[in-house]
Amino acid sequence: MSEQAATSGGKEPAVLVLGIGNLLWADEGFGVRAVEEMHRRYEVPDNVTLMDGGTQGIYLVQHVRDADVLIVFDAVDYGLPPGTMKLVEDEEVPRFMGCKKISLHQTGFQEVLAMAAMMGDAPRRLLLIGVQPEELEDYGGSLRAVVKAQIGPAIEKAVEELSRLGISLRRRPVPLPPESTIACPIMHSERYEGERPSAAEACRVGDPRLLADANFAPPADPEAEIEAILGRIPEGPSGGRG
Amino acid sequence: MAIVTTPNGFTLDDSGRRVVVDPVTRIEGHMRCEVNLDENNIIRNAVSTGTLWRGLEVILKGRDPRDAWAFVQRICGVCTGTHALTSVRAVEDALGIDIPENANSIRNIMQLALQVHDHLVHFYHLHALDWVNPINALKADPKATSELQQTVSPRHPKSSPGYFRDIQTRLRKFVESGQLGPFKNGYWTNPAYLLPPEADLMAVTHYLEALDFQKEIMTVRTIFGGKDTHPNWLVGGVPCAINMDGVQGAGAPVNMERLNYVRSVTQRTIEFVNNVYIPDILAIGQFYKGWLYGGGLASKNVLAYGDIPDKANDYSPENLMMPVGAIINGKLDEIHPVDVRDPEQIQEFVPHSWYKYPDESKGLHPWDGITEANYELGPNLVGTRTNIKRIDEGAKYSWIKAPRWRGHAMEVGPLARYIVGYAQGHEYFTDQIDRTLRALDVPLSALFSTLGRTAARALEAQWAAETQLYFVDKLIANIKAGDSATANTEKFDPKTWPSEVKGVGFTEAPRGALGHWIRIKDTRIDNYQCVVPTTWNGSPRDNEGNIGAFEASLMNTRVEVAEEPVEILRTLHSFDPCLACSTHVMSEDGEELATVKVR
Repeated sequence: MSEQAATSGGKEPAVLVLGIGNLLWADEGFGVRAVEEMHRRYEVPDNVTLMDGGTQGIYLVQHVRDADVLIVFDAVDYGLPPGTMKLVEDEEVPRFMGCKKISLHQTGFQEVLAMAAMMGDAPRRLLLIGVQPEELEDYGGSLRAVVKAQIGPAIEKAVEELSRLGISLRRRPVPLPPESTIACPIMHSERYEGERPSAAEACRVGDPRLLADANFAPPADPEAEIEAILGRIPEGPSGGRG
Repeated sequence: MAIVTTPNGFTLDDSGRRVVVDPVTRIEGHMRCEVNLDENNIIRNAVSTGTLWRGLEVILKGRDPRDAWAFVQRICGVCTGTHALTSVRAVEDALGIDIPENANSIRNIMQLALQVHDHLVHFYHLHALDWVNPINALKADPKATSELQQTVSPRHPKSSPGYFRDIQTRLRKFVESGQLGPFKNGYWTNPAYLLPPEADLMAVTHYLEALDFQKEIMTVRTIFGGKDTHPNWLVGGVPCAINMDGVQGAGAPVNMERLNYVRSVTQRTIEFVNNVYIPDILAIGQFYKGWLYGGGLASKNVLAYGDIPDKANDYSPENLMMPVGAIINGKLDEIHPVDVRDPEQIQEFVPHSWYKYPDESKGLHPWDGITEANYELGPNLVGTRTNIKRIDEGAKYSWIKAPRWRGHAMEVGPLARYIVGYAQGHEYFTDQIDRTLRALDVPLSALFSTLGRTAARALEAQWAAETQLYFVDKLIANIKAGDSATANTEKFDPKTWPSEVKGVGFTEAPRGALGHWIRIKDTRIDNYQCVVPTTWNGSPRDNEGNIGAFEASLMNTRVEVAEEPVEILRTLHSFDPCLACSTHVMSEDGEELATVKVR
């Protein structure tokens, strides 16, 4: 996938910058925080949409189908040190997006991508800007420092990608105030963090079995599993079991 | 335990082989299910565990009650709007705030659009693959599929052999490319799949059509909620202004052009449900009407709070367009009134839940609810705290509390609503049910099953779409009559609030009765309790030993292949749990039998 392809046809490509994740699960909120901060800092042209995808899964499929270029901010379990930012591109993306252990945003985003592909509308260019979370088992909590520190660099990666595609963003002279967020005006960081009840009032931890369970790894080799399934399908003429 | 009979009439036997499905779904946290199979692979004991601490109630403590909707709508990704609606209703109830008629109509339109949307997406994209085999669809004859389509739904325009051939080619390419995506990890050779290839191809085609169509329904909440994904809500009304002559634009008031658009989307929704969803349910039902497992509590105890107030601010059963009532022990001729405020009616118990009460022999009404985590495991547990091989259901075993209505475990959801409506003689519901039973040539008893649950959801989508049109027209008429009010801000200022108040908001969410109970002290949230549909349906046992709806629904079902429990998934999915997640099927000794994809 090259920039020529993304901008071909003489039409400006439709770009979707999507932040996904759950604000209520500490570092799981990274994607939403990144896209809301990008909106505070930059004005974008009409062909670029910044969107808080929040906890939505399957309902995002339409936006993905409408996009020629899709840039996603997300907390991704790469198995790297906390706070590490890693970029993944194009066909590599789905592999990294189904492996969340406790994300409440329902569908593995890989399934949303597969659905878009099945409709013949997969984005031509995919860029995942992921950051390794430090803490997810802090319900009602906010981003940890190492993850929060990656918001700025993550935004710059998105800006660079857009620039590579010939799209320049205008940095706002003064960032928009927190309550002008594209996410939730009630849940912007300052307020979300400032009004949090104490740990004594509100238990913040969860089920240790689930939260730290290696059993939740994705299939090691999905292709092989598919092969195995296909191999079991009996050959033969049309004829139902019904 | 060996063999016991529960007070609600189920005989549990935990000898036999134990099969573990974990996690089953991510609704309201993750879910785990363990069953015991006898020598004939029949389920004789079922244990459903909510495995995720939700804790929503406690993170709201001390926050502004007018903000609660924003937090609750991020619980999960599917019924966001319905939680927000329930929350603003609870706050309005506490503070005695009346909302304008337009706000009531707009909220109903959003809630009904969510019902149809959720039901449609649930059936085609999450549940259909429990009945439909996409791999088998590759063997279908497109011409025969076209004939089938024209037979089951003559009015549906997309029915040519060429159309089905194209879809089949796309599907084949997709499968051959190795990116099986949503169809990955199904049990595609399992004998539990009964459809002929042509019906499979028709259903897979509609999977794609529904995926394409659902985007239109979603525009409704964007128009009124001002924002896609998570829309905005407002205590006192709705956060959108109305200016019928206004111009189009982001953040602009709702005008006639937008209302006309909402009306046309609503009409197309009705057509889609009538021409695609309902005929598919009947077509698939024909092949599965011999598989009538999964009734569980449906034929005994069902509960509905009611919803969709015709006039604003009147939550009496007469004014609610969705039925209200409780049915106990299958007595359809006796419908009990339901009062969400009555401390004797709805109570939550925790002897089998990972919570602590001062006295766990008693239940607590949500206004007096306590959410204090207490993760402790029973003596008969096999495994460790962090790696459970076999849960001990004799002790605490779930993060879900056990809500009871006057001590009874209840099923909630579309089937519960339809049973209550049928028993009350709700004209529209009764007519739908009778027509469906006739079309499938099955007796009323067939309704109390997994298939009945799935059918009730489709019937409800039909009702919801038509009722949505009623409210669109009502809204337009009211605005034309000169009323453009959408919010009542009279009591929005906390200075006007009493120092201590309590309130309750209830709705019928897509998956069932939903209530939020709030106590406000000195303008801040003092206690917030949500009793969600999955709490009712997925509840663990109570202090009397009654089993909940999920557990009851699995009892006595035969599983064809223990390692591929498609029957368990089919029944659990019929309650509309959420979206996909990877699942591990374990045998009793913890050895992994298979990694599967649960849809």
